[in-house]
Amino acid sequence: MELELSSDQKIFQASARRLLEKEYPLDRIRGMADGELRWSRDWWQKGAELGWTATIVPEELGGGSVSGEGVRDLSLLAEELGAGVAPGPLLPVNVVLAGLVEAQGGGPDHSAEIESLVAGESIASWAVYEPGVVWSPLEPRLTATPADGGFVLRGAKDRVEDAEQADLLLVTAMTPDGVAQFLVPTSAEGVSVSPQWSLDLSRSFGEVRFDDVRVGADALVGAPGAVEVIERQLQIAVVIQCSELCAALDRAFALTVQWAFDRYSFGRPLASYQALKHRFADMRTWLEACHATTQAAAEAVQNRSADAAELVSVAKSYVGERSLPMLQDCVQLHGGIGVTWEHDLHLYLRRVTLDQALYGTPEDHFLRLADLASL
Amino acid sequence: MTAIESVESFRSRARAWLAGNMPRLADAAPPSTEGDEDEQRWRRARELQKKLYAGGFAGICFPEEYGGLGLTPAHQQVFNEESDGYELPVVLNIPSFSICAATLLDMGSEEQKRERIGAAIRGEEVMCQLLSEPSGGSDLAGVITRAERDGDNWILNGAKCWSSSAYAADWGLCLARSNWDVPKHQGLTMFLVPTKAPGVKMNRVRMSDGSAEFCEEFFDDVVLPASAVVGEVDDGWSVASRQLFHERNSMGGGSPYISGGRYAPATRQMTPLDIARATDRAGDPRVREMIGRFLAMEKVSEQTVGRVSRAMATGALPPTAASILRLLHAESNEMAADIAVKIAGSGAATGAGADQGIGGQAGLRFLVRQGGSLGGGSTEMARNVISERVLGMPRELALDRDVPFKQVKRGR
Repeated sequence: MELELSSDQKIFQASARRLLEKEYPLDRIRGMADGELRWSRDWWQKGAELGWTATIVPEELGGGSVSGEGVRDLSLLAEELGAGVAPGPLLPVNVVLAGLVEAQGGGPDHSAEIESLVAGESIASWAVYEPGVVWSPLEPRLTATPADGGFVLRGAKDRVEDAEQADLLLVTAMTPDGVAQFLVPTSAEGVSVSPQWSLDLSRSFGEVRFDDVRVGADALVGAPGAVEVIERQLQIAVVIQCSELCAALDRAFALTVQWAFDRYSFGRPLASYQALKHRFADMRTWLEACHATTQAAAEAVQNRSADAAELVSVAKSYVGERSLPMLQDCVQLHGGIGVTWEHDLHLYLRRVTLDQALYGTPEDHFLRLADLASL
Repeated sequence: MTAIESVESFRSRARAWLAGNMPRLADAAPPSTEGDEDEQRWRRARELQKKLYAGGFAGICFPEEYGGLGLTPAHQQVFNEESDGYELPVVLNIPSFSICAATLLDMGSEEQKRERIGAAIRGEEVMCQLLSEPSGGSDLAGVITRAERDGDNWILNGAKCWSSSAYAADWGLCLARSNWDVPKHQGLTMFLVPTKAPGVKMNRVRMSDGSAEFCEEFFDDVVLPASAVVGEVDDGWSVASRQLFHERNSMGGGSPYISGGRYAPATRQMTPLDIARATDRAGDPRVREMIGRFLAMEKVSEQTVGRVSRAMATGALPPTAASILRLLHAESNEMAADIAVKIAGSGAATGAGADQGIGGQAGLRFLVRQGGSLGGGSTEMARNVISERVLGMPRELALDRDVPFKQVKRGR
């Protein structure tokens, strides 16, 4: 959480919290079944009206942020989603918007798509992962071959968030001129989407095949070889993930502290045992560190600082790596109740396991830090 | 009262003066062969401090009446920026200026402030802390060095240890028990003790890596005048608390009394990156992952210092949250030492030929790895403070609370 929020930011935060609490209490999420749609477009449109799709889009393209610091507002919003392990395409839509906004002026015009996404009328998702391949956004195997003034896309993507509900996919592809991105409607001929299993009960993913999908040159986002657009998308994705992770960890930790005060053994509360107190002290310290690095990453991405790429990988690797042992220790400190379906902890554990794994694992980001240090 | 010089005017004066008077680090004089290396370092620091004083750039944030310049932290900050790359007496910063002189300024008598702070600023004297004792480290208020009244004087008997660079100091702030009939925090008095006084015996403690920066002291009927008391008699805990505050502030990077950086560049440790390059292992993905982990931890530590310091300043976190920084700093230190040894591989144990080499340096550093988790209060104490004072969990059972100290059980 930010140390100090403006009154506008507090209102923004509170309106998001109300919408989430009303529609998605934890018991509803616990009850979500395979194959069920996790969220409705009506609900998403309400979120869009509250500004969920506007934070990082300039005003002339229909966007605008409450604080003037859109990335930090987005981070606030992601904290609300993390705290409620909420569904919704906040990450995919905003990551695609980040790419489209970044590429504006550097290639075909996508202002109509941007406006429709900001209005909540359409949904988009980043198709960047490929089946059986680890995080390597700059080395897609999916090809885009120039033909008839446009391109033909061949290949497959997976781990595409909300693929089944998406209208548009931002697809990374290899062209003769290097890696490029295309905005492809899911309704295009040759695009087929199939569901993918998800550990997180409120998130859904899909696999997407591209069988000779023909797109016009105007589907290109930016220009081939424009890797800084992909970098910006990654940075936005990681800020959203780390903010969610921090909030999920906050919630799980708060539940566990309360449990330690309420639960008595041998006539004393768990919170009075030094062996346990020391574990709480470690977790309290790590939580502070997780927030500090997430906040620093958000600020760097907001300001487009020279070290934004580095600070994003610092945050993702640290928060991602810390999150799993912290949540498992929360489970351990709860005792048997912590591994039951009825307890909320597994909802957080599911979200944290997902967030730390996607858009580069902590280990992927450690390696990126070594690269960035010119080692 | 004259108006304070503007920060920018001070900056340009400092820049010109430094260029004309202070040696550049790059062409620092080779160490002389007289005395041991540590003694030379301290002799050199006093000479440099004298130069700063003569040039009018010593004691920037100390009041003018005690020999300082009476300027603001912003002036100190620009001096630190301008003095980067110059050889400065940075060993005098912690503890002499930023802990001892700062505490005297808060709690000392007029005479103590005028004489001791003034002499330190002039480069004539150095101060140290005499707090921990061989009988116990974490329980500072349980010290058993005894101070007994003898007419107008006090007689000091006991032992201290873990006093950083006391061998180079002229005066020490010594916490002693002056009243055994009251509970432990209420019977303590702080004294300013001349380290060369008759009855004071000092040894340097050799550490497991061979270094000897810490000292132990024995006091055998050391006679101190009434004017040696800092603060009030039996109120030494208030003074010690100020010292601990200034110590945390110094270590956390928040002290305005630190001039020209906290650490000497020469004492900078080899980082895991240096070791990877020197051992030609930078291409190994296993090594690169470890390096990434080290870099992330370093950065996160720094970011957390900023966040927690701001939160303590606004009251969003209690002052005891400083223990969060203490704990994270220790974890980061331990991780760096571990990664250095892993990257150095067998070189950490067998060095390079007959020499220790860079791998051997990693190995030696590993021997004192726990130092960072012990010095300035162990991490176990930090965990108690965080769980009890930040999270509000029940306090550990203490059998010495509200009991006259003479009735408290002690080890042998």
